[in-house]
Amino acid sequence: MLDIRNLTKQYGGLTAVDHVSTVFERGAINAIIGPNGAGKTTFFNLVAGAAAPTSGEIRFEGKNIAGMAPDAIARAGIARTFQTTMLFEESTVLDNLIVGHRLRTGSRLWDVLLHTPRHKRDEAACRDKAAEMLDFVGLSAIGNHMIADTSQEQRKRIAFALALATEPKLVLLDEPAGGVNPGETDGLVALIHKMVEHDITVCLIEHKMDMIMSIADRIVVLDHGAKIADGSPGEVRNDPAVIEAYLGAEHAQA
Amino acid sequence: MSRLTHMFNHPATLVVLLGLAAVFPFVAANEYQVYVMALAFVWAIAVYGLNIITGYCGQLNLAHGGFFAIGAYAVAILTADHGWNFWPAFAVAGLAGAVFGLVVGAVSLRLKEHYFAIFTLCVGFIIYMLLDKWDALTHGPLGIISISPPDGFGFVDFTETRPFYYLVLFFLALAVFFTRRLSASLLGRTFRAIRISDDLAQSLGINLMRNKILAFVISTVYAALAGGLYAGVVRFIGPDLGNFMHTFDMIAYLLVGGIGTLMGPLLGTLLITWLTQAVQSLEEYRMIVFGPLLVLLVIFFPKGIAGSYQAWRARRASREMSADQRPSTGHDSGAGSTASTPGTTRAGPNSSSNATAAPAYAHTKTNESAGDSKGSGNA
Repeated sequence: MLDIRNLTKQYGGLTAVDHVSTVFERGAINAIIGPNGAGKTTFFNLVAGAAAPTSGEIRFEGKNIAGMAPDAIARAGIARTFQTTMLFEESTVLDNLIVGHRLRTGSRLWDVLLHTPRHKRDEAACRDKAAEMLDFVGLSAIGNHMIADTSQEQRKRIAFALALATEPKLVLLDEPAGGVNPGETDGLVALIHKMVEHDITVCLIEHKMDMIMSIADRIVVLDHGAKIADGSPGEVRNDPAVIEAYLGAEHAQA
Repeated sequence: MSRLTHMFNHPATLVVLLGLAAVFPFVAANEYQVYVMALAFVWAIAVYGLNIITGYCGQLNLAHGGFFAIGAYAVAILTADHGWNFWPAFAVAGLAGAVFGLVVGAVSLRLKEHYFAIFTLCVGFIIYMLLDKWDALTHGPLGIISISPPDGFGFVDFTETRPFYYLVLFFLALAVFFTRRLSASLLGRTFRAIRISDDLAQSLGINLMRNKILAFVISTVYAALAGGLYAGVVRFIGPDLGNFMHTFDMIAYLLVGGIGTLMGPLLGTLLITWLTQAVQSLEEYRMIVFGPLLVLLVIFFPKGIAGSYQAWRARRASREMSADQRPSTGHDSGAGSTASTPGTTRAGPNSSSNATAAPAYAHTKTNESAGDSKGSGNA
């Protein structure tokens, strides 16, 4: 589904992502791990188009999307969430989600000002999608709550719903369980499995190792921008290079 | 209709307001008051424009007064120097607003946040300099006199105050109507998504430049048409119209009334205009009254009058709904009660997503269409 070849991003003299090649299979949960500053978020930004790669290819369903604008990539079917959730504090949960489906609609200024049948149709579609996704993430009961009144875990779910409203084939989740307690993390893990069941490929960045090891089908390990390991949780766990990156060289030899 | 529907946005309220405005000339003490009100309406139209780019889309445009002046000068030059009638000149004013807005927007909107604001401040100053120095076109500091008033229809003569008042009221109603449509629409939601965050909007497939330019051009057309009306009612304009003080006045109207709200621009403009009239006797010392008032307002009502009212309404309605739902669903019983003290609304989780320091206008993130989630869960 996503075929990455020699992806590189340099900021001046710093190489944030260094010749990374990997393949994300359709229907799998892929995880990217690595110490702080390993280039994980930069990697996401390259795939989502928020930053243009210095070199390399990103093939999404066979098409090279490297360097495309983020909105075009979103329309192509890649959605993302951010480490900090950004939502409209002073409006309701449901209201926040309606704009998520805007990219699948075509109403223009005249449709809006004249309130044409097209705009009515588009608006209904966006509302339906918002309600559907709210239900998907299990928050139908709080659709009328103000965002300011929701918990961190609920915000994570709302951010998922917003990303899913774009009808993605691949979602990039940046620390989906960040700032969420262990019990709630289990709930989010179940939700991620549910996404996969609905034919959405998942790629996530996470620091919670227990979660990663239990959820991921495949793990890519980055260190100083370069890929040092790539494989199943079992393979990665026992890889000397990974142990060295995380714990230091002495532990690897011991 | 949902209980969340705000009074200010309710069609009935708008009709009542329109009715009040319609009878105003008959209850006003004198013609001067009608004239002041008509001028306030003209400025309010321009402030509605500013509200679209700055309130909804979150881009602080400091050249707004310049676009008002462009519209006014388009009418002035075409009618006084070229003998045009008012209406075609007025149409050209709107077109000039769109064209200049497109050009300026396409360049300036490449910049973000403060850089955009500073760039537009410079654009506003350049417009002022052109009006002041380009004698051949604008008559420089002398200004332009004998601007044609709007041509009347039949018995209606727009050189008289009352007919002109109604003409301006018509355009104001149109401005409110279009803003209302826009705000509640997918396009309004698109603009507000950009206000939350450029990155978020783009990740949702929103083309940033196209939508920002659209919001900018809509706002400059509002400003230029308001400027055209201004030229038609005052019939004399000078380069001072392009002075950036007018832009800051409009920002003050918007902040007082409620940025990003439907009725804020009108409320703020009327309130400050009439306050100014009331303290006219103080002359230049009136800023001693206005300064502290504005400071107090920004501290205690950062969302402005309409914004604070709406936030209060939305909160109450949301609380009632969660109270209704709690027995039936049993879900999330904590969330409703933690929110029950209005004073604490911006505490806690809020700080995480509003972490970046922002100028005062950015703090006033209200969303009047919060009430739009009609029928979605009315127990």
